[in-house]
Amino acid sequence: MTRPSFRTNIRPENHSRFYWMLSDSFVLAQRSIKHITRNLDQLFSVALFPIMFFLLFRYVFGGAIDTGDISYVNFLVAGIFVQMLAFGANYTTLNLAIDLQRGIVNRFRSLPIARSALLIGHVGSDLVRNMISGLIVIGVSFLVGFHPVAGVTEWLSIFGLAILFSLAISWISAIMGLIVKSIEAAQWTGFIVIFPLTFVSSAFVPTDTMPAPLRFFAENQPLTQVIEAIRAWMVGTPIGDYGWLSFAWCIGIIVIAMPVATWLFKRQTLR
Amino acid sequence: MSRVKDNNYNIKNYNISNESNYLSENAISVKGLKKSFKKLTILDGIDFDIKKGTIFALLGPNGAGKTTTIHILSTLLLPDKGTARINGFDVVKEVDKVRSLIGLTGQYAALDEYLTGRENLQMIGRLSRLSHLDIKQRTEELLELFDLVDASNRAVKTYSGGMHRRLDLAVSLIASPPIIFLDEPTTGLDPRSRLIMWDIIKQLAESGTTILLTTQDMDEADHLASRIVVLNGGKIIAEGTSDELKQMVGTERLEITFINTSYFEKAKEVIQVEKFHADNKMCAISFVTTGGVHQLRQVLSQLDEANIEVENVSFHSPTLDDVFLILTGHSTEHSNGKEEEEKEVPKQ
Repeated sequence: MTRPSFRTNIRPENHSRFYWMLSDSFVLAQRSIKHITRNLDQLFSVALFPIMFFLLFRYVFGGAIDTGDISYVNFLVAGIFVQMLAFGANYTTLNLAIDLQRGIVNRFRSLPIARSALLIGHVGSDLVRNMISGLIVIGVSFLVGFHPVAGVTEWLSIFGLAILFSLAISWISAIMGLIVKSIEAAQWTGFIVIFPLTFVSSAFVPTDTMPAPLRFFAENQPLTQVIEAIRAWMVGTPIGDYGWLSFAWCIGIIVIAMPVATWLFKRQTLR
Repeated sequence: MSRVKDNNYNIKNYNISNESNYLSENAISVKGLKKSFKKLTILDGIDFDIKKGTIFALLGPNGAGKTTTIHILSTLLLPDKGTARINGFDVVKEVDKVRSLIGLTGQYAALDEYLTGRENLQMIGRLSRLSHLDIKQRTEELLELFDLVDASNRAVKTYSGGMHRRLDLAVSLIASPPIIFLDEPTTGLDPRSRLIMWDIIKQLAESGTTILLTTQDMDEADHLASRIVVLNGGKIIAEGTSDELKQMVGTERLEITFINTSYFEKAKEVIQVEKFHADNKMCAISFVTTGGVHQLRQVLSQLDEANIEVENVSFHSPTLDDVFLILTGHSTEHSNGKEEEEKEVPKQ
């Protein structure tokens, strides 16, 4: 082994706090994005799970569900797409919990880095993975008979809303990841929270046949707003208030959840 | 493997980059540190100072408060009471300053298992706010120093235990911090990897870095540290150099072995010391020396006058093991007084 020599004259660069916050977040997002390609299981499970649901509903349940003027497959794509985004964004809980259990967070904390950078890094990389999975899901939907009517503006609106929605769920998931005490708990919180939200919505069936209280919830909860907006842009169902309501919900959630998560992270990790 | 050329360590540079708050000889200064978790007291008021450029060891069993001390000093934990300063900067009030001066290598490798060795170094380099050029140079330099060049493009999860530790330490050194915390740096390593780590730690200290390490291993503290604090139950029960600690246990022991049993038996009658221990199997007599060389000469001349041939004479210092057991009272063998102690024949 080479006899070690140790340089002691290295000095950090000088930039503003804001520059470093962006830089730290970017470096940590880069790290998590590398995880996506090194940990392909997660990417596939994020994309495969909704595809399974897709095929199940398209071919098994679909025939028995009445969606009126539009074909069931055209009705279903928006629901599956949003379900996938929700579950994918929920991986923030798991990835954050894994980091917190391992020694690496102590390393990050002993560095002079921006407190929120680790959270932003996770949320950012989960967004990237979600967009990849989203493309896979849309691609598959074309194979099973999806005929959208959306033009460029509609697709751009769908893309924009998908990003905001993914971020909103990720920030809520970050809060859950900071609250749970173990990696196991992080794995099932998604099912407990996201599962009922996606099913008691207009993702797979029209809400008209649900009992009144359930229907009220289904029609007014945020996922339905997002699903209905995307459905309207994709296949031309009436948009109503869904467009602005869905954006309002997502932005509202981000505005509240982001500082709460950051505060929790600081409180939990800062001594 | 080529040597890194830029190894002339520059005192001036070092002092500038230290950014000392005031001119102080101490890299680390701890006063009255207390910490409890709920009702459990972990640290019960500890004080110590560490001079710049030295290796300092916190020695103690599990639960003594070693890791808690390191966590407070590296700003991961807030103390309940007391103060701690790193190069004069307060670990509670001047967190960012402190963080730019320290490197931490914890008990569990703080590495990203999915990234390669090189990527880990680069990531922490950037998070330590080094320039891209510095990161590039420093990464290659450290990979070479720590003998990790061949493995540098492999994911860390494929690394052996020794490689993990080496990379972990390399990562803590990326920004050349003047102060390094090593929490049980060799626990769980095989003997060869352990020796490599020791070598690295010594080299690091020679280059002027202040090192605070924790260990459960007396041998390790003895080998590396210039000063040792013995922690038990959150309190300092002894402090000093390795030699000073050994002296607390008692003076040196002189052991004389004889060529055969007849000389040995005869010697037992002739020898004039207050109290000695005779080991029949080894044909050896040992006793605690009080007069050093003078006493040795006396005893040897007594034996010489009786025509007794001596095979070997040796001094034995108590090991840190002895020190620790006596101080913490965990051993009945050592703490039950002279009689019991006399039965112990130091092995060499």
